[in-house]
Amino acid sequence: MFGKLTWAAVPFDQPIPLFAGAIVIVVILGVLAFITIKGWIPYLWSEWITSVDHKRIGIMYVTLAAVMLLRGFIDAIMMRSQQAIAFQSQGYLPPEHYNQIFSAHGTIMIFFVAMPFVIGLMNFVLPLQLGVRDVAFPTLNSVSFWLTATGVLLVNISLVVGEFSRTGWLPFPPLSELTYSPGVGVDYYLWGVQISGVGTLMTGVNFVTTILKIHAPGMTYMRMPVFCWTALATNLLIVAAFPVLTATLAMLTLDRYLGFHFFTNEAGGNMMMFMNLIWIWGHPEVYILVLPAFGVFSEVVSTFSRKPLFGYRSMVMATMAICLISFTVWLHHFFTMGAGPNVNAVFGIASMIIAVPTGVKIFNWLFTMYGGRIVYATPMLWSIGFMVTFVIGGLTGVLVAVVPADFMLHNSLFQVAHFHNVIIGGVLFGMFAGYTFWFPKAFGFRLHEGWGKAAFWCWFFGFYLAFMPLYVVGLMGMTRRMQHYDVPEWHPWLLVAELGAVVVLAGILCQVMQLVVSIRHREELRDVTGDPWMGRSLEWSTASPPPAFNFAVLPVVEGRDDYWRRARLAERGLGPTVEPVYKAIEMPRNSPTGFICAFFASFGGFGMIWQIWWLVIVALVGAFVTFVVFAWRDRTEYEIPAEEVARIDRANRQARGEALVRAEALS
Amino acid sequence: MTAFQAGADYGGGRREEARGPAAIVLDHSHPASKRIIVGYGFWIFLLSDIIMFSAFFATYAVLSGETAGGPSGKDLFDLHNVAIETGCLLLSSFTCGLAAIGARAHNGPMYYGGMAATCVLGLGFLAIEIHEFVGMIDQGAGPTRSAFLSAFFTLVGCHGVHVTLGTLWLLTMIAQVFAKGYRADILRRVLCFALFWHTLDIIWVAIFTVVYLLGAGS
Repeated sequence: MFGKLTWAAVPFDQPIPLFAGAIVIVVILGVLAFITIKGWIPYLWSEWITSVDHKRIGIMYVTLAAVMLLRGFIDAIMMRSQQAIAFQSQGYLPPEHYNQIFSAHGTIMIFFVAMPFVIGLMNFVLPLQLGVRDVAFPTLNSVSFWLTATGVLLVNISLVVGEFSRTGWLPFPPLSELTYSPGVGVDYYLWGVQISGVGTLMTGVNFVTTILKIHAPGMTYMRMPVFCWTALATNLLIVAAFPVLTATLAMLTLDRYLGFHFFTNEAGGNMMMFMNLIWIWGHPEVYILVLPAFGVFSEVVSTFSRKPLFGYRSMVMATMAICLISFTVWLHHFFTMGAGPNVNAVFGIASMIIAVPTGVKIFNWLFTMYGGRIVYATPMLWSIGFMVTFVIGGLTGVLVAVVPADFMLHNSLFQVAHFHNVIIGGVLFGMFAGYTFWFPKAFGFRLHEGWGKAAFWCWFFGFYLAFMPLYVVGLMGMTRRMQHYDVPEWHPWLLVAELGAVVVLAGILCQVMQLVVSIRHREELRDVTGDPWMGRSLEWSTASPPPAFNFAVLPVVEGRDDYWRRARLAERGLGPTVEPVYKAIEMPRNSPTGFICAFFASFGGFGMIWQIWWLVIVALVGAFVTFVVFAWRDRTEYEIPAEEVARIDRANRQARGEALVRAEALS
Repeated sequence: MTAFQAGADYGGGRREEARGPAAIVLDHSHPASKRIIVGYGFWIFLLSDIIMFSAFFATYAVLSGETAGGPSGKDLFDLHNVAIETGCLLLSSFTCGLAAIGARAHNGPMYYGGMAATCVLGLGFLAIEIHEFVGMIDQGAGPTRSAFLSAFFTLVGCHGVHVTLGTLWLLTMIAQVFAKGYRADILRRVLCFALFWHTLDIIWVAIFTVVYLLGAGS
């Protein structure tokens, strides 16, 4: 009846996961009870869960990422603590548990923190920057989000029911084959990542179509903000790379479930084919994550330098060059495979070449700052911190692109330090910059600057303390994923790394405090005009938070940084004098399709993991019925009347006018 | 494909959903019509699907010699059957094109007839494929026999799963047009279905060549 699922799946004998699981369950039940008592469920259902509004979906993505960042960080500090004390001892984590923790940490941080954070920001910002009312396929967008949430749910269920994968963040065979990983851990990984991967692929299709086909009048490609360009490159990469992940995970699934021989040791299987396939996805994935961060920095640096971005065209060229070259470097993840010197040389050189467009970008940001009136607001601090940190990470990357050096450093903590250097210093700093930058647009009030700066400095120094020692022990020969070790020279460095993790924890606490303080002082931090930073692109031309329809009248774009030009004209009293003609606006209706799909996907995934076949069949039929019901809708849009549009837009115009008067009175 | 190029303005051609005159729709400075957006998005999806197949093709190419002492393609493939399969599928693309023209012209007999013929041909294809798979498994050449057979069953089977889902979609579209008529949004779905069906044809041509012709000839 329940496949492989029995009471033995719940780890009653292991206190740590049981305790952690109990806390999570209590917190979730507490939150549910709270919102039920407050009577918020109808509101949440009609305004958020079923929402197809790109802004709300974006906010939900970022919230999901933030929560999972906490989970992934707990894993991280547990690992650091284990390595800090496991010198000539077993530490406090038994090997099978330690292995699950580093696997869960990597899986969660890449798939359920970095990806939803990046996709969330793109969701929120893209239509606003393009000057349009929504993405190409709003309901599909909601489906994507909820499928990602399904992946999160499955991975977290593994904490309490069964176990998680012990094979690292990528399930390398033959270790991940049924022979060596007979439990459900790898299956949790496979279905969690597979289902959320489908959601990501749908996002890619959706956003490529949005960026290439849906623009405000006059928003030609070379007038788009650089964030739109980097988002385009990222989504092209998603469309081109994620299907390979889907196929690769499907093959491993067939190996495990039906005894196929893709990656097995026997019957002609080839495990190195898995390495090739997974990294054909995996290397572009790195750029899927970091390109939107580059886009955020481009927006932030030019806004807070009060200058147009230096070298717009070269920025676009560099972005698209990275997009292409990222598909030609995958083999550098396993130079040690033994493909031979010629093959390794090609991939080594390609890996060095990809540093060139990235260098172009760094210089562009520096030249944007040069001669600018720089405002050191929190987003700008994250950007400058990024530039310093990312260059170091990039240099160590070029170092390991040298094949002989890579043979020495492969699988060492030097690698771990390198990719944390680029992912924390690049992606995460970028996401934090974007979060602080667009928070007022999303919620109508700014985040507290003091706590934001404290968070930045804690993260910045915490990062260096935590990861610079790992470069050192890596060079001293320490391999990654060690549950314990006996080399006395490594121990002090790992203690410093532990200290770094604690400083990062302080940074995270500052961010929590920042949010709490900002919400309590929201009236003082209120953004009344919709343009708190002297912004440059179209998202700042609408109110904060923007109305459901984003723009009362689609803006007519006449050049790059069009909003900046108009705002400066308005300051000189040359703003628009006549009110536009307001018309009724048709917006897509909310739909529970995404949530219901995810409901069935969750049960279907759970059924596959535990081999409860009837549940899988019920889920598939349910998903099909959901699609048919959705397709049978007769009314897909609702109308916002012209008077309502006029009322909302007039309020924003008035607030902006009053702000102009105040500014004049001051000057 | 020409059927669709010729009918480039159906759906969007019914102006209630177009956002601007046709001339401006071609210019990327304005939001495109819904038909363009839906067709474009679906093409992007199809490209991603083709990339997924390319991973299975690459895997097959790597593993096609790994028979582990078991049968090879030369021993197993019956080109006679495969020729009939190919005929079914190519003909179904033609009937699918007829159905699409019928939908555009609001011509019931042509639409329903075309869709029904497509469905029958698709099911015929599936029946032959299932027969081939069962026969292979019966003679001990199932997917667990060797890496070559794992790759074969996955690549060809993945195409078969697509045809199955396509047939389910086809039946849904027949029911939808029957229940709701030739509404613009439904016509867009018919367009997407037709694109999907033609893409399966393209992938089959590659399978026919790479798997069957090369396999039987080697």
